[in-house]
Amino acid sequence: MIRVALAGNPNSGKTTLFNSLTGSTARVGNWPGVTVDKKEGVYKKGKEEVNIIDLPGIYSLSPYTPEEVIARNFIIDEKPDCIINIVDATNLERNLYLTSQLLEMDVPVVVALNMIDVLSKNEDKIDIDGLRKEIGVPVVAISALKEENLNTLMNEVVTTSKEKRLGTSILKGCKIYSIIDNVKKQLDENGLFSSLFHAVKLVENDEIEKNMHPKEYEYVLKEKEKVNDPLFSNDLEAIVADYRYKYIQKHFSSKLTKSSRLIKVKDKKGNLVEKEKVSISDKIDKVLTNRVFGILIFVVILFFVFHLTFGEDLFYLSAMGAFNGVPEDFALASGTTFEGILFSSGGIQSPGVFLQTVLIGFTDWITGLIGDGLTLACASNWATAFICDGILAGIFSVLSFLPQILLLFLFFSFLEDSGYMARVAFILDRIFRRFGVSGRAFMPMIMGFGCSIPAMTNTRTLANEKERIATIRVIPFFSCSAKLPILTACAGAIVSMFGVSNADLITLGMYFTGIIVAIIALLVMRNTTLRGETPPFIMELPAYHWPQFKSLMMHLWDKAKHFVKKAFTIILISNLVIWFLQSFTPSWQYIEYVEGEGFLTNLTTDDSILAQIGKIIQPLFTPLGFGSQLGNFGWVFAVGAITGLIAKENVIATFAMLGAVVSISIDPSTLPGTLEAIEGASDVAMMVLATNINIPGILAFIVFNMTTIPCFAAVATAKAELKKGTLKYTIIFWLVTSFIISSAFYLIGTWWWTLFIYLAVIAIFIVAVYFYNKKHPIKKGEYSGA
Amino acid sequence: MQISLDKFKIKQKGMIVAVKGEGIVRKRLFDMGVTPGASVVLVKKAPLGDPLEITIRNYELSLRKSEAQNIILETEDEL
Repeated sequence: MIRVALAGNPNSGKTTLFNSLTGSTARVGNWPGVTVDKKEGVYKKGKEEVNIIDLPGIYSLSPYTPEEVIARNFIIDEKPDCIINIVDATNLERNLYLTSQLLEMDVPVVVALNMIDVLSKNEDKIDIDGLRKEIGVPVVAISALKEENLNTLMNEVVTTSKEKRLGTSILKGCKIYSIIDNVKKQLDENGLFSSLFHAVKLVENDEIEKNMHPKEYEYVLKEKEKVNDPLFSNDLEAIVADYRYKYIQKHFSSKLTKSSRLIKVKDKKGNLVEKEKVSISDKIDKVLTNRVFGILIFVVILFFVFHLTFGEDLFYLSAMGAFNGVPEDFALASGTTFEGILFSSGGIQSPGVFLQTVLIGFTDWITGLIGDGLTLACASNWATAFICDGILAGIFSVLSFLPQILLLFLFFSFLEDSGYMARVAFILDRIFRRFGVSGRAFMPMIMGFGCSIPAMTNTRTLANEKERIATIRVIPFFSCSAKLPILTACAGAIVSMFGVSNADLITLGMYFTGIIVAIIALLVMRNTTLRGETPPFIMELPAYHWPQFKSLMMHLWDKAKHFVKKAFTIILISNLVIWFLQSFTPSWQYIEYVEGEGFLTNLTTDDSILAQIGKIIQPLFTPLGFGSQLGNFGWVFAVGAITGLIAKENVIATFAMLGAVVSISIDPSTLPGTLEAIEGASDVAMMVLATNINIPGILAFIVFNMTTIPCFAAVATAKAELKKGTLKYTIIFWLVTSFIISSAFYLIGTWWWTLFIYLAVIAIFIVAVYFYNKKHPIKKGEYSGA
Repeated sequence: MQISLDKFKIKQKGMIVAVKGEGIVRKRLFDMGVTPGASVVLVKKAPLGDPLEITIRNYELSLRKSEAQNIILETEDEL
């Protein structure tokens, strides 16, 4: 089958073209070594089937971001039969800059001139035959969005891919071309593929080539001394880039004739004057990045995204008393199937909560059905419990997060695809720079509130390696949706057991604690282990456009598949392991427990293998307030923290399972009734009664879970995203951070005067770092950590 | 008159005469079309005054003042 690579600038319509060409055959994998999405699909509508590989969107083939290195390596190593270079016709010059570099490779190229429909709408004209003659490879005008001319394009691709092509360079007329040509000849002696490309890059002072061809680079350095350009002296990079753009302007983009953008408007005096037409995109942008309201608008948008996903009282209608006057509607509905699904005592549920409730109802029904079936089939209690509690409960508890995670993805993809996210980075860069990262790092961080895994993958848009590492490390501190139950359950328990403030305030406070810890951690890292200049912020702000439904859905489908796979592999296995550990004693006796009836034999979970392990590690958490001081049942907290390493959903689930142990020593009826409303809160409250843990201890427990090593799946993602060998330091970083922060919560909360010890240590640390950094200044131009 | 981009006023136009600085940032600016001869309009500043948004080669590019400092332009309008 013909193998074709699809290359082009970001925002050139590359994803749209890929989706249109490949449709349902598209599948997503990872590039070797990195988790940047590798999309592949087959085009079946032409004379021959064509396998299309979608390269990451790039501006040039210089190694500036990991994505550019991937695209470049793919073409060099895999030698595709043809490259489809998608070019945005409305932005010719910058798009053709990449084309000019692709042409230097020994691979056939077809230029797909996209957005031709927009061009004709604007009444601009382009001389395609002229462009084709100048560029020297086939040029096909298409509209990826309207699927126009795609067959012509693919026929051209099939024909072109049958031919061999040697690289050509538009730099031929450049005065330094003799150097390029000589380097090329030297490289040709070794029969190097795409020698022209390598030669040009060597002359451009390219980091990768310098290390690959040290001998030839020496020659370049020698020749460089002889060059004396009136504008750039002997700056070869500048000469090459300048020549490329000048050539493109003169020979390529001159084939485009723009219609006048001027319209006649009346000025204040009533005279007709010519004024440039303001596009819709510019009008939207004027509002969204407004100097006064820009940040406020962003906060409001963010609030609605989270509210529509996680809110249980839609638009706070109930809290504002909107239903007080019309109780009939709810009264009529109460007792019907709709209660609990569409609304609860708290109000109307948001779409996210609604979908979650429906899914949970469905999975509970399946579990019940299977459980009944097993009982009918006279399966032993052991087998029923294994299937229902061990397998099904585990998978379904993870799946119950799927609706909300997908909804959050949908909102974020919408904001990203529409072009707004780039503006958010633009608005917030000034703030984030203070913490040593660029405004771009904001996107992955905020995604962390949904799920760390896509958030970590998203860091690949960051060009600076140190910034990437720092961002990946703090992402778990942005409390993900799986950590939310820990927050609400513990907060609920604190409120009812100690009679303090309200639960929402504690939950919100904990979210902010996470953010503050992230900021402090960023500052510390960027001043100590990950020192370096603040990464640059040179970013295209794409025109706003309405995101495509098809591409949003494909995006969602990929995420759903990924998540379900995770639920059925890593989480299922870990749940089974925990189920075994807690259901068996070290001498492999089954601990029989039936809901509603309690333990059937004199064995309880306190005798399980899990409890034994918990008791061994319990002392570790003593400085954090949930260790040895909690006595007999304190190991439940230790086990909760450990199971949380597998998946954070496990923490409260563990409490729920182990809470049963405690229920024999404490009468549940003594618990305050208000707890029932919050899932898991009564389990935590039970543990509070059993262990006499204090408030700082519970808070420390929450903070520990928020700031420590994230779930298995997130660690696996971090491993793939980070450079080899950095993962172990990252894990140590998470452990140290969580121990420092949660011990601070416990110690200062319990003995307030310890605050002064912490302050003194912090002061000494800051002074020490300040003087060390003053003595060891960072080298200029040390941008790339690669 | 020649001034650096960070000193530009909103809606001011100019033509790039030089891109100073060194290393990978400068290379990136070149790749993004910030080369001598290109004309630039300062579209706006972010709500907190930095970064800047410019129109160059018919698209919108954002960059910081610290990066804009190295871009020298020839402008006709007097300040």
